[in-house]
This record gives sequence, C-alpha cells and structure tokens, in this order.
Amino acid sequence: MEGITKNFPGVIANDNIDFAVEEAEIHGLLGENGAGKTVLMSILYGLLHPDAGKIFIKGKEAENYSPAQAIKLGLGMVHQSFMLIPSFTVAENIILGIEPTKSKLLLNRDRMVNDVKEISDRYRLNVDPKARVDTLPVGVQQRIEILKALYRGADVLIMDEPTSVLIPSEVEELFKALLALKKQGKTVIFISHKLKEVLAICDRVTVLRRGSVVGTVRACDTDMEKLAMMMVGRKVVLTIEKRGTMAGKVVLKLDNLRAFNDRGLPALRGIDLEICESEILGIAGVEGNGQTELVEVLMGLRKAEGKVFLDNNDISEMSTGKRIEGGIANVPEDRQKRGLIEDFSVSENLILGSQSMPPFAKWSRTILDGKQISAFSRDSIKGFSIKTPSEDTPVRHLSGGTQQRVVLAREFRRKPKLIIASQPTRGLDVGATEYVRKRLVEMRDQGCAILLISADLDEIQVLSDKIAVIYEGRIVATKPVEEIKEKELGLLMGGGKHD
Amino acid sequence: MIDVEQKVKQFLYRFGTELQRVLPQTIAILTAFLAGAIVLLATGYSPLKVYSAMIKGAFGDMFGIGQTLTQASPMIFTALAFLFASKCGLFNIGAEGQLLVGAFATALVGISFHGLPAFIHTPMALLAGALAGGLWGFIPAILKTRFRAHEVITTMMLNYIALYLTGYMVNYPFKAPGWVSQTVPIEQSAELPRILQPTQLSASIVISVFMAGILQYILRKTTFGYQVRAVGLKLSVAEGSGINIKRTMVLSLVLSGAIAGLGGSGEVLGVHRRFIEGFSPGYGWDGLAVALVGGLNPIGVLLAAVLFGAIRSGGMVMTRTTGVPLDLIYVLQSLVIFFVAVPMLARFLKRDRFKWRIS
Amino acid sequence: MANLLDIINVGLFAAMLRMATPIAFSSLGGIFSERAGIINVGLEGMMLTSAFVGVVGSYYTGNPWLGLLAAVIAGGLLGLLHALLTVKFKGDQIVSGTGINIFAMGFTAYMCQIIYGSRGASATVTGFEAIPIPIPIIGDHTPLVYLMFAVAVLSHIVLFKTPIGLRIRAVGEHPAAADTAGIDVYRIKYLCVMVSGMLAGLGGAFLSLGHLNLFAWGMSGGRGFMALAAMIFGRWMPLGAFGASLLFGFADALQMRLQALGLLPPQFILAIPYILTIAVLIGFARKVTPPSDYKPYSKE
Repeated sequence: MEGITKNFPGVIANDNIDFAVEEAEIHGLLGENGAGKTVLMSILYGLLHPDAGKIFIKGKEAENYSPAQAIKLGLGMVHQSFMLIPSFTVAENIILGIEPTKSKLLLNRDRMVNDVKEISDRYRLNVDPKARVDTLPVGVQQRIEILKALYRGADVLIMDEPTSVLIPSEVEELFKALLALKKQGKTVIFISHKLKEVLAICDRVTVLRRGSVVGTVRACDTDMEKLAMMMVGRKVVLTIEKRGTMAGKVVLKLDNLRAFNDRGLPALRGIDLEICESEILGIAGVEGNGQTELVEVLMGLRKAEGKVFLDNNDISEMSTGKRIEGGIANVPEDRQKRGLIEDFSVSENLILGSQSMPPFAKWSRTILDGKQISAFSRDSIKGFSIKTPSEDTPVRHLSGGTQQRVVLAREFRRKPKLIIASQPTRGLDVGATEYVRKRLVEMRDQGCAILLISADLDEIQVLSDKIAVIYEGRIVATKPVEEIKEKELGLLMGGGKHD
Repeated sequence: MIDVEQKVKQFLYRFGTELQRVLPQTIAILTAFLAGAIVLLATGYSPLKVYSAMIKGAFGDMFGIGQTLTQASPMIFTALAFLFASKCGLFNIGAEGQLLVGAFATALVGISFHGLPAFIHTPMALLAGALAGGLWGFIPAILKTRFRAHEVITTMMLNYIALYLTGYMVNYPFKAPGWVSQTVPIEQSAELPRILQPTQLSASIVISVFMAGILQYILRKTTFGYQVRAVGLKLSVAEGSGINIKRTMVLSLVLSGAIAGLGGSGEVLGVHRRFIEGFSPGYGWDGLAVALVGGLNPIGVLLAAVLFGAIRSGGMVMTRTTGVPLDLIYVLQSLVIFFVAVPMLARFLKRDRFKWRIS
Repeated sequence: MANLLDIINVGLFAAMLRMATPIAFSSLGGIFSERAGIINVGLEGMMLTSAFVGVVGSYYTGNPWLGLLAAVIAGGLLGLLHALLTVKFKGDQIVSGTGINIFAMGFTAYMCQIIYGSRGASATVTGFEAIPIPIPIIGDHTPLVYLMFAVAVLSHIVLFKTPIGLRIRAVGEHPAAADTAGIDVYRIKYLCVMVSGMLAGLGGAFLSLGHLNLFAWGMSGGRGFMALAAMIFGRWMPLGAFGASLLFGFADALQMRLQALGLLPPQFILAIPYILTIAVLIGFARKVTPPSDYKPYSKE
C-alpha cells in the first residue's frame, strides 16, 4: 500500500501510509485504539475507499476495488466482531455467497457439508459443519471465520484483534493454526494492540500512531518496551499510586446467585461474593463467562435465584430504580446500550436515574427543577473536566473519553455505596484511561465498594485489592492481589485448576 | 447600544435557524402539491383552477377561515395524540378509533344528564371523552406490555372495532328516531360555545391549542415527560437507569388516547352537538400527517394543522366548484407524508423498538 | 330458528379457502419483506390499490388475466416505492407503509370517482371463472385460490432450499455479514420488498377479480394487517403463515354466513376478524423472535 490517506470529519485516520507485507510471513500491525489500523485494513480489503494512494497486490495495482475484488485477488478478512449469521449452520455460513447447487436452483447441502469437512481437515481447524453457530463457543466461531476466508481461496489473511475474545488456551490454539498456515505458504496480517502477543507470533511488526507509520521492525530485533515507545511516543506509566487496603465492613454480599442468559442457558451457577467498604474487587475472566449477566442481576435487569444483600438488606426483589436510589451505581460496559442517551444533553444525561429525586424534582417528584439541574451540571462539568461547549450540548457530539466522564460524574456524584464498573476504560485512549482509573481509586479511598469487571488483566492487577476469577458462571478463586500471579490468573480464567 | 444590536443579531440568528429547520418541510409540502398537480393534469383537471379554488375556499373570507380552523381543531388533537406516543417510541395509529369512542362517550354524557349547569356538564362530557379515549389507548398498551403485541396492528384493529362498536350504539340502543344514524341532540348545558358565528368554529380549538401547550410543558418540564423521552430515544439506557418502561409506555398510550378522545369530544360538543355515524372523515389519519409535517413538535403541529385544515375545508369548496373528487385530499396528504417523512423521521424516531427484556 | 348445519357445512370450508386467499398472499409477501429486514405495513394499501388496478385492467381489456397482470405490476410499483423510501432514504419503515395505506385509500377512491363516476364502487367487470373440479371443498374455485397453494409451497422452497433464499435470510438477520460475503444487500432488499408488493397485488386482485368482480371502496378491510398477524402467528414461515391465513379465512367466512342469517347486529359480526387478530397476537405472548432487527443498513 503506497501513500494511503483517508480522512473522516474532524480526524485524519490514515496519513500517507506506506505498508508492505511479504509472502508467507506473519506481519503484525500494532497501534493503540484509534491509531488507524482498522481503517487501513478496511481500505486494503475494499470496504473503504482511500482519499489518496494506491494498492498493489502480488505486484499488480488494484482497480475498482471492493470486497468482492479483494476476495478474487486472494485476500481474506477475519473481523474482530464476527460476521456470522447466528441461526445458520457452520456450513451455511462458510459457503454463503458462493453456494454449491444441484440442478442450478436448489442448494446442494451434501456438497456443502463435504466441502467444509474437506477444508476443515486440510487446515486442521476442527468444526462441525452442521452445528448452529449460535450454539458454539467464541473460539470455534473464530475458526469458522478463518475457514470462510480460506474457502474462498485466501492467500492473505487479515486478522483484526483476533485474541480479544479468546482465553489463553484458545490463543495458543490460534497461534498453532497460524504457524501451520504459514508453513502452507499463507500470509497473515495480525492487527493488535497487545505487545506480548505480537512479539510472540509475528515475524515483522509495523507500528502505527495517530494515523502515521512510526516504523517497521523485525520481532527478533525489538522488545516490549521499545514497541510500547513506538506505539505511544512516550514512556508509559503502567502502575498507579494506591494506598494499601483499608477495607471496612461488608457492603455487598451475593449468596448462591443463579441466572440464565438470553438463550436460556445457565450463565451464573451459584455466585458467592463479598465486597467491603473501601475495597476494589476485580473480577477477572474472559468475556462470556457470566460477567454481563452478573451486572444485570445486580442492577435488577435480570431475574435470578439466590440472594443479593446490600448493607445487610436483602435487595434481591428490588426494582432497578430502587437499587439506584439505595446506593448502587453502574459504569456500564456498553455506553451506547446502557450508559448514555446520545440525543439527550449533557445535563439531561447527568440526572438520568435521579430525575425523580430531589433536588432535581420538586412538587412531589413531578416537575423538573431547571435551576438545580443547571447548577448541578455546571458543577459536574467543572469537577470532572467534561469538555463540552455547554451543558445543553447533545452527548453524541462528545468524544468517547468525555462521554465516559459524563457517566462517571453522574454515577460518582450520587455518593454510592457500591460502584459496578464494567470494562470502564474500553475504547478509551491512554489519557482518558488514566483519568478513569484515578477517579475509581479516589472513590475507593472515600469509602466506596467497587466491583471492577475487566477483560484487561493489567487493569485488574493495577486497580484491585482482591481478585476473583470467574469461569463458566462460577467464582473459581478469590485472593488478595499480592498473592496471585499472572500465569495463575490466565490458567484459572481458562478453566484450569491450581493447587 | 451594543445590547440592542446583540439582541437583534440573536433574534435573526434564531429566526434563521428556525427557518432552516422548517425548510425541509416547506420544500416537501411544495413538492407534494407539485406531484398532486401532475395527478390532476393526468385526470383532466387544471391544477391552477383547483388549487386556487382550494385556497380561496380556505382563506378567502371569514367563513372560510372559520371552517379551516374548525377542521384544524380535531386534527390538532389527533396529531398531538400521535406525537405524544411517538415521543415514547410508540406508534399509535389508532387515533381514529380513540376519537370515535371519545366522541360517543361524550355524546352519552351529553344526552343523559338533564338540568345540570353548564360549568359542570361540559367538563363532565369532556372528561368522559378523555376517559373513553384513554381506555382505547390503554388496551393496546396492555397488549404490548403484557403480550408483546405490536401496537401498529392492535391500534389499527381497534380502529375497526371502535367503528363497529359506535356504529352499533348509534344504530340500535341510542338511535334517534328518523333515517339518520345518529343520537338525539345533547343538552344545551353540555355544548361548547361557538366562537365565530356563523361558522362552526367552537371553543374546542381553544382547548386544542391549550393541549398543545400542556404537552409541550409535560415533555420538557416534568419528570414524566423526561422519562417518556428517555424511553423513546433509547429504551435500553432508560431501563438501565431504573425507569419503569412498562409503566411509562402504558401512561403514554393512555394519555395519547385520551387526547384523541378529546378531539372527538370537541366535535360532538362544539360542531355537531350529537354523535353522527361517520362524522369523522378520517381525522385520525389527518392527525398522523399533521404530526409529521409539524416536525413532531406541539407548536409545529398547530401550524401544520392549519395547513391541513385548509386543505380539507378548501377541498370541500374545491369539490363543489370544480368537481374534483374530494379524495384528492388523501392523495395530497399521503404525498406530503412521503416527502416529509422520509428525511425527517430517520432522524427523529431512533429507538430500539424490538429489543427489550420483560423482567 | 337457524340450524347449526346452515352455518357449519361444506360451503363454509370452501368459503374459508376463498377468504384465506387474499390474506395468504399478503402474508407471504410480508414474510419476504421481513425476512430481508424491512417491515411492510403497507400491505393493506398495496392490496387495495391492486384490487382497483385489477378491475380497471379488466374493464378496459375485458380479460381478467390482463387485469391480474396490471394488479401485480401496481403492487410491485408500490413495493418499489416502499423500498426506495426505506432502503435508499432510510426512512422509517412504518411511516412509509402507513403513507402507502393513506395514499391507496385516497387514490383508489379518487380514481374510482373519475373513471366510474362513483367513489363507492366501480362497474362490474369480467372476473375469473371458477374451475369446476367436482371435489368438495377444494374443487370449484377460481384460479387464484389454487395459485395460493402453489405460491405458499414455492415460497417455502425458495426461502429454505435455494441459494437466493439463504441470502435473503442472511441479509435480514445480519446484513453486515451478508455484505462481507459479497452479497448485494441493497439489491436483495429491493427485490424482496417488490416481491411482497406483487404478492399483495395477487391478494388484492383476488378481492376484486376473483370474488366480487368489482371494486368497492376500502374493500381490503384491514386484511393487510391480518396478514401481518398471520405472518407472526406462522413465525415468518410460509407454510405456517398459510395455516394461519386459513384461520382468518375461516373467521371471515363465518362472519359472512352469520351476517346473512341476521342473528346478531351486523356490527358485532363484522368485528369478529379484528377481534380474532388481536386474540392471535395475545396468544403469542411467548417469545417470538422476528427474523431481523429491521435497522436500516448502511455501508460505511
């Protein structure tokens, strides 16, 4: 790719990028969130058109580019969020678009299944062609995505953050598969922001920062610190100043919590948990082991068996509204889905959840008190450095980091007893991440109990006083942070047992 | 001195932005009329003659203006009904049925009580209309919250059921002697006064404008209105913040139905002074168009209602003088919907309609 | 006193098949549209318009088959309009559909007045003749009734046994995935919505040409909405929707017989199909997942 440039309103996503990959190599594309990696690869795959620049594939310039063209030229994309039809079978998903037929009009299901079996064996990626995709675990779904690309004759696989949803053992399996593919002459572009993995699997690494190429190095010539410097441009502080533990009385107690997920399968299989005042309990675990359901149960959004105690009161049957009034705050993992109403203004979002409570509501909770709301908003904007033109600006116009500050301001200013923080720094840049973590620790120091759920092990280790590992709906271990090591964590997260 | 200049600049700026906001609607309306002109030409009429007859009929004299406003009045109610439900993310296309049951309930109260003073009888009749309409909004609300039945289908079905229910009432138990399917006249004590003789314009228009103001206030200044808007804009977030989704939806539809019911009351107490089968030429559907053209905004609704009222009253004159079928009105209306609804609604009605948990 | 056998007899079931036909066609149309991710509440308006156009076609040519062709084309054009508004302009699908319904109401009455001088009914035209097969219940129907059976089975085959059906379902359920698989999402949506219009056209043509041999104001009578209920009842599967349509057809046929017997005030009987629709929706209180989230699709 030569001189690739792509602009979006307000941001230069790719700035005159030159990027080259050799045959039969695993080439890493490293960068932070927003560095431009996904945009560059979308251009390579024909999903986006560059404003300037050329693409050469196997020596020839690519014209009239589209994903269909890209596929013809031997490119295959494995997306970060899977492009699979949940109700279709594995085989149906793989052959979609190039369906084998009998008598030209009907689907040839036998050939479908056989074809899939054949490439599954050839590349040693085991799948059951007849299984429905929505019944399969994430690791297998990824295999289907890879097979999709290979079925179309891909020689170059573009993998976008492939390990973000895998447990350590699945990551190992993936790496083995990628090395096998390399031996068969396939090329892999490995997009990631995870330094360790990139060093482990890639032959060469290209680092992007803020839309430009910083450099291309061989993996054997570099190390994590050097890569981090290239990625971020400055020395990264990986730890946070934190006072020692000073946990008080128990604030949240969960007793044998059981719940089902949306598909009717058990998601929580008997959770026992305790969190104290001035304590951060970090729940480590790969996504999909019950964390989402746990948060929903705690917030009263999902039915469950078992008991939830807040400050010794049984709140198991309480509605969401009452729980919020009772002192539970939630920093949700999906801001779009649970956090903010994008068309509401900053001040309207700041009172969300408390809109019927004094001081925002007067005359027995029916009329909004504009003056009080305004004062509260201005106060919050100052106190949390919320970068916004005014308190009436719709929140959709704010950046991700700023939006998260609005969420924090709203939840923290309620002076809650318990804060549930789910993936609180996901999608945020380094500066915003630092800010969120700092304020969480502040709230802990002021007496809050904090339940921290994060897929980022570093974050868990840096922030938590105690760590609990969740696996398949159960807490498999709870230990103070000093007593647990990363290797052990990875093992437990993957379902392994320690002694 | 600087202050005045600033204020004038501010005013022009705001005027400019408001103008910008109604620009798409204005263009849409003009385009719709253009398309209507093509239909007229194709069927052998002169658009110029037809449209000028319409305009003259609607605004040409005091009588015309009075009739325009009289037609506008029920449309304001049904438009507000649709609007309010839509703010909660709900599609109430049952305003026609709610209007009918409201009208009948009002007529019932109007004919049943004798010797009451006006300041009791009229409000009682109005209340009956609101309650009946509210009930007709309550039914689809419960069907949605308890049975996940989509309100588009249920409110539509209830339109027909209301039609037949009131039709039965006015043809059998409450039929007045004579050929016409109607009730006996209401007591004078229940009537809404005529405010522009000799037109049919009654105090119902005052009530409708009042309702627009009340709804605006509710939406912007009350906690209930906040919750309605939150549910309408992003149901999942509203749910996560503790707002009782079901209760908000039910209250919205009930209020929406009540407002449409009041529209029916207005017609019975102000215009016809009895319940006549078929008195509504489709005010419920007009309301939908009015709400959309009004930008789903109570004040905009008032303006749009005058436009559509003019189309209807001018249309009646147009039919008399040029012979063009009255149904042209519906064609024009739907064209306006096509041209207005398309760009606008994509922005206004963003909500997750289908995904929510019944916990 | 009326005899029960006056109501429940072979004639009733034959009428059930007839009255199911328009609902079945529209319901199948609804399935195609929704499986591709577009809600079509304009089926009512498409039926009504097609009913009218069909009559006009037969009026001027004397041939009901040409009238049928015209009806199907009219339905397809309205489907195209709906597709344009919802796919290209990403307009609200329900508003677009409702606009089509209002348009149909006005346009058909307007043109009826212009052509026939009366907004209530058109002149009588040459309709379809019944095919005299001497088998009880399923014999002696007009061609459209038999076509209904064929289309139901054909729809099932297309949706579940052909590549195009697989693609349609993919587009509705996960358009981004279909897009990356190289499928033209927009083209499939357009196609399916137009097909839904054409099928509604068949349904409308039955109402006029296959049944009364004329057009009467508002003759679709809410059947477009019953078709939606039948579609949901049938869980967006052609054969299921067909079965549900039989139920509605039964209610319709029953209603007409009861009316003819004059046992109850007509209004109660006329309301039966609409109450039934609501009952069907209530009966589906358990989880029924639609085949799509119906969000407008944009390629970046």
